[in-house]
Amino acid sequence: MAEVRLENIYKRFGEILAVDSFNLTIEDKEFVVLVGPSGCGKTTTLRMIAGLEGITSGNVYIGDRKINKLPAKDRNIAMVFQNYALYPHMTVFENMAFSLEMRKQTKGQIKQRVQEAAEILGIEHLLDRKPKQLSGGQRQRVAVGRAIVRKPEVFLFDEPLSNLDAKLRAQTRVELKKLHERLATTAVYVTHDQVEAMTMGDRIVVMKDGLIQQVGSPLELYDSPANKFVGGFIGSPAMNFFEAELNPATDTFTLAAAGFNIDLPAERAAKITAYGKKKALAGIRPEDLKLVSEHVAGKTIRVNVDVVEPIGNETYVNATIADIPLIAAVGRKSRVAPHSTIILHPNPGNIHLFDIQTEKSVF
Amino acid sequence: MGVERSGSKIVKFYVPLAFYLIFLLFPFYWMTITTFKSDQELYNLKLDPFFIHSPTINHVVELFTQTIFLRWMANTFFVAIMATAISLAASLLAAYAIQRLRFKTAGPTGVAIFLGYLIPQTILFIPLATIIFKFGLWDSLWALILIYPTFLIPFCTWLLMGYFKSIPKEMEECAMIDGASRIKIFRRIILPLCLPGVLSAGIFCFTLSWNEYLYALSFISTTAKKTVAVGLVTELVRGDVYHWGALMAGALCASVPVALVYSFFVENYVAGMTGALKE
Repeated sequence: MAEVRLENIYKRFGEILAVDSFNLTIEDKEFVVLVGPSGCGKTTTLRMIAGLEGITSGNVYIGDRKINKLPAKDRNIAMVFQNYALYPHMTVFENMAFSLEMRKQTKGQIKQRVQEAAEILGIEHLLDRKPKQLSGGQRQRVAVGRAIVRKPEVFLFDEPLSNLDAKLRAQTRVELKKLHERLATTAVYVTHDQVEAMTMGDRIVVMKDGLIQQVGSPLELYDSPANKFVGGFIGSPAMNFFEAELNPATDTFTLAAAGFNIDLPAERAAKITAYGKKKALAGIRPEDLKLVSEHVAGKTIRVNVDVVEPIGNETYVNATIADIPLIAAVGRKSRVAPHSTIILHPNPGNIHLFDIQTEKSVF
Repeated sequence: MGVERSGSKIVKFYVPLAFYLIFLLFPFYWMTITTFKSDQELYNLKLDPFFIHSPTINHVVELFTQTIFLRWMANTFFVAIMATAISLAASLLAAYAIQRLRFKTAGPTGVAIFLGYLIPQTILFIPLATIIFKFGLWDSLWALILIYPTFLIPFCTWLLMGYFKSIPKEMEECAMIDGASRIKIFRRIILPLCLPGVLSAGIFCFTLSWNEYLYALSFISTTAKKTVAVGLVTELVRGDVYHWGALMAGALCASVPVALVYSFFVENYVAGMTGALKE
């Protein structure tokens, strides 16, 4: 049983508050991803769980043990580093055996455990090689192997895939997820890549400037972002934002932004009334903009196309409306010419609204 | 075009290299031919001085029979090896501590060690002489063994600091999580990775101790306790009589160990000085 609990964690580096009132309980066997732009405090948080960084205030627990002051080696965790941190002068076997050796396991035990881990990762044939004789993907596996060989209570991953090329990254993502299912060990994973976060995490913690922005399952974050930052950070291409006025109409509200008017669904009316302000920030995801042929007042918007990016399964249209940039993801077969005018239909039920000052979600 | 290119390579690369080599190797050449010339030939101004006309080993024989050259060599070896060992041990620990243990005065400590290196020997040997007297080490090889590290440690510490810096921190952190103590990390991870750096520092210490002259001259007076550098000059220059042949024979024999040390470790030495850690 290895639940990880962080209570009111603060981390200060001199004047800089790197992590601010961090509260999170990571369930046993859960895969939690900390995601955010660089400098958001995600790696610092991970390092505090690992014991590589002191805690300014707050408490960290693994299971029932409070581990605030416990040295890294006694926390029963394993960590995979971004640059893998393999020991270059040791063979793969020695790299994997190192932690077991430090824990005074017998030679037989070590051999068996390393063999087991190597089999799981398919690296038995590499055991006699030195790290510099391995490819990037193989090194990554060895780094993971070194972590799993000890059967720790918690796995910590610090951007372990960022040194791999795109194809290998996608592949390794799946493998890591499978591995997690097989080993059923609590895992905390740090990344700046929202795709990695969405695909791997049971739950995702979005951070910015040391503060947790939102915690939730991937689809929760996608469907109901707590604020503008989460809305813009999760999803690719990013959500389009427009400053808009909320004008009352018959049993609904009309969203009036520069260049367009959209009628919002009637069921949103209560929330907008409760919100009470006249202005708000509207967020529309690129995939919620559908290409249509006819303009209908209050339902569609007319945009000027700048650049068209076909990526295969769909096509991204970079356009502007009243000089505000916008991206729409349209079907792969839609023929959109650069520098033309097209009509888009935003799905009104999927429009998000954020407060302009606080940037918090209205719906 | 190929011809042009190789032509310009000769002019730009081999010719300057040749000049440089001649400039560097000439003293050794001179030392060698002087060793094997007879006295008559040495003082005969009519002969071409760049070649040996009638080779002889008389000077080498004189060196080994008329002086206690081998004793000096043994003394120098002892002093150089001991001073190197002490300096390496101290600098390894100092450099690691300054670079990796996050204590407040790490930066100033590093600078202070370096400042120690900037004080010229010619000034330092006066206070050092007082200390040596008080310790009762006057005219003892231990005086040199203890004094040489004063200028060896600063250089080695800085060399090794650069080296430790090139080792990714994550490697140590990983070892820490793996359950290794600081000492174990140092022994199992850092030292093996820094071997080229340690070797360079060692070679540096050894050659500097081997060639040191001022302290050896000031603190040692008994002939049997002298080092090669001092022994040769004090015993083979008698008054104003220079025993050139024997002097050069001594110099030649004394440079052999250093040359050997260099040629064995030259690759590591270059890698160490440039701080290249191959992953």
